[in-house]
Amino acid sequence: MRLELEKRAEQSRLMVVVSPLIAIGLTLIAGAILFAALGHDPVRALTVYFIEPVTAAWSLQELFVKATPLVIIAVGLSVCYLSNTWNIGAEGQFTVGAIAGSWVALSLNSWDSPLLLPLILIAGTLGGMAWGAIPALLKTRFNANEILTSLMLVYVAQFLLDYLVRGPWRDPAGYNFPESELFSAAATMPLLIEGGRLHIGAIFALVVVVAGAVLLAGTLKGFEIRVIGQAPRAGQFAGFSRTQMVVFAFLLSGGLAGLAGISEVAGPIGQLRPTISPGYGFAAIIVAFLGRLNPIAILFAGLLLALSYLGGEAAQVSLGISDKTTKVFQGMLLLFVLSCDTLILYKIRLLPPRRRAETVDQGAGE
Amino acid sequence: MTGVEAVLLTIVTASTPLLLAALGELVVERSGVLNLGVEGMMIVGAVAGFAIAYATGSAVLGVLAAAIGGAALSLVFAVPVLLLATNQYATGLALTLFGLGLSGMIGEGFVGTPGIRLDPIAIPALSELPFVGRLVFGQDVLVYFAFFMVAAVAWFLFRSRWGLVLRAVGDNHTSAHALGYSVVRVRFLAVMFGGAMAGLGGGYLSLVYTPQWVEGMTAGRGWIALALVVFASWLPLRALIGAYLFGSIMILQFHAQAAEIDVPAQFMSMLPYLATIVVLVIISRDATRIRLNTPACLGRPFVPDR
Repeated sequence: MRLELEKRAEQSRLMVVVSPLIAIGLTLIAGAILFAALGHDPVRALTVYFIEPVTAAWSLQELFVKATPLVIIAVGLSVCYLSNTWNIGAEGQFTVGAIAGSWVALSLNSWDSPLLLPLILIAGTLGGMAWGAIPALLKTRFNANEILTSLMLVYVAQFLLDYLVRGPWRDPAGYNFPESELFSAAATMPLLIEGGRLHIGAIFALVVVVAGAVLLAGTLKGFEIRVIGQAPRAGQFAGFSRTQMVVFAFLLSGGLAGLAGISEVAGPIGQLRPTISPGYGFAAIIVAFLGRLNPIAILFAGLLLALSYLGGEAAQVSLGISDKTTKVFQGMLLLFVLSCDTLILYKIRLLPPRRRAETVDQGAGE
Repeated sequence: MTGVEAVLLTIVTASTPLLLAALGELVVERSGVLNLGVEGMMIVGAVAGFAIAYATGSAVLGVLAAAIGGAALSLVFAVPVLLLATNQYATGLALTLFGLGLSGMIGEGFVGTPGIRLDPIAIPALSELPFVGRLVFGQDVLVYFAFFMVAAVAWFLFRSRWGLVLRAVGDNHTSAHALGYSVVRVRFLAVMFGGAMAGLGGGYLSLVYTPQWVEGMTAGRGWIALALVVFASWLPLRALIGAYLFGSIMILQFHAQAAEIDVPAQFMSMLPYLATIVVLVIISRDATRIRLNTPACLGRPFVPDR
């Protein structure tokens, strides 16, 4: 069999909506095969993975807790990728945001004021922006590839965090555990539901989604982002600056990743630890693409990826399946999403081996 | 063994995986494809090498498995990118995420298990020479293979007909297609070669560098290999120089710790990543030079017309 792509005259509107759904379906099928290969009943495993976590009130709450950082980061990344700027170091900006916010929280831990939390959140956002500014400046000043520099800075940020919680910021009363002091009540994110885990970060996520949607769909800046991403020369003639766009995209996505980072530390975690993220910064890349770089769709994509984290935990507890399968699922999902995106621009034809191709003209296969 | 000799030996061990992976990616990029999945292919090579060596007791079979594992994983990238014309950046990234997850899943049972080590070849008499003996004549087979591949890749790219075709595909895929070369086939083979080399680099880590399995043990080496290709301006000999430069920086931290230099370990561990950034900045400053050396079709999807 031979596969041939035929360019569509214009983007398929149907496929814009359907292709992510096909991708999800293919991921589930591949997942079922994976579980069967590991010796589990695939239907039971998929149920535990993707259905059971959304059947209890506490786990629904947990779903939103996990989706919060993913959505906040992914909206920022969507602006990057739309403008053809490749920030893949959100995990590092998340970490430095958490460090910067924690610095304020730990220095002012005895200050009982309603102003403390806003100050912490601003510091976190600025920290993420600063970390994002580095690859942007290296790109615009020295032409250094932003993919590699932003990724390298993830490792640097993680070592910095590790140093701080094991060294100067370790809680002296913490029995030598590598943890900072617990944040005071004034430095902690208020909960939305008494006694639960859902915090006001979820509201931030909704605000970010709406703001992102307005920015991209309703402003000149949003138009500029798209033009520079899709037709850089046209952008140049329109007077849009590519350099400024790189800086803008990195500051925005870095700042949002920083906000997500500090919201985690001042929220569900409550202190600084050597590991503060199960790879949210990377999973958010998948969220951004699954959401077709559209903030509203990113909200749903974020919930799905959050579900994969919960499902991984549930499958480990009740079926003894390694929670490492979560990352396999996430990787497969992104691969399928990207592959199915081809359907938007192309029709895919399956042809018999090259010989008499002209006799075959069956309609577009899948 | 003198202190200097010990340092030089560890530098060779740290540099070889970088060199193997970078040489593979260099050929891939020369064909016009940017595969950001090097890290993922390396780590799958590492776990495949460890697992097969452990199961069979043969490190040599482990090495083969590492290459096959890396090449097999590269297909996960090659099919969407070459047949479905997907975005190369995003697909490469997906491959890395998938590879890291897959290796973690496969390797979970091996954590803490002592591995099988690929022994050095001791050439009789020569390897007992003072100073240069172990360094030059007492390495494992992959070290020699990596050096051989520097020459082989250089010969292939610049002295062979198929190397010319590969570079033509990378520099102008439309013309190469019009001349009757199958762009997709050439790129498929290049990507698989890159996968096998990255897999070998990963296998080197789990069979020689530290013969054990640790999740995420590649620790960004795949990304450093990608930076190395830029550093090398897509030339094999410069990749050799770059790999040994970065290998030296990676090993510096351990010797600094041993020498009890008073810098926190975490800052020493940052060094290879910071050095990568610094080197990228220095090498990229001359934008014209980068543009002249970069394969012209790098990262651009190709859809053949009929």
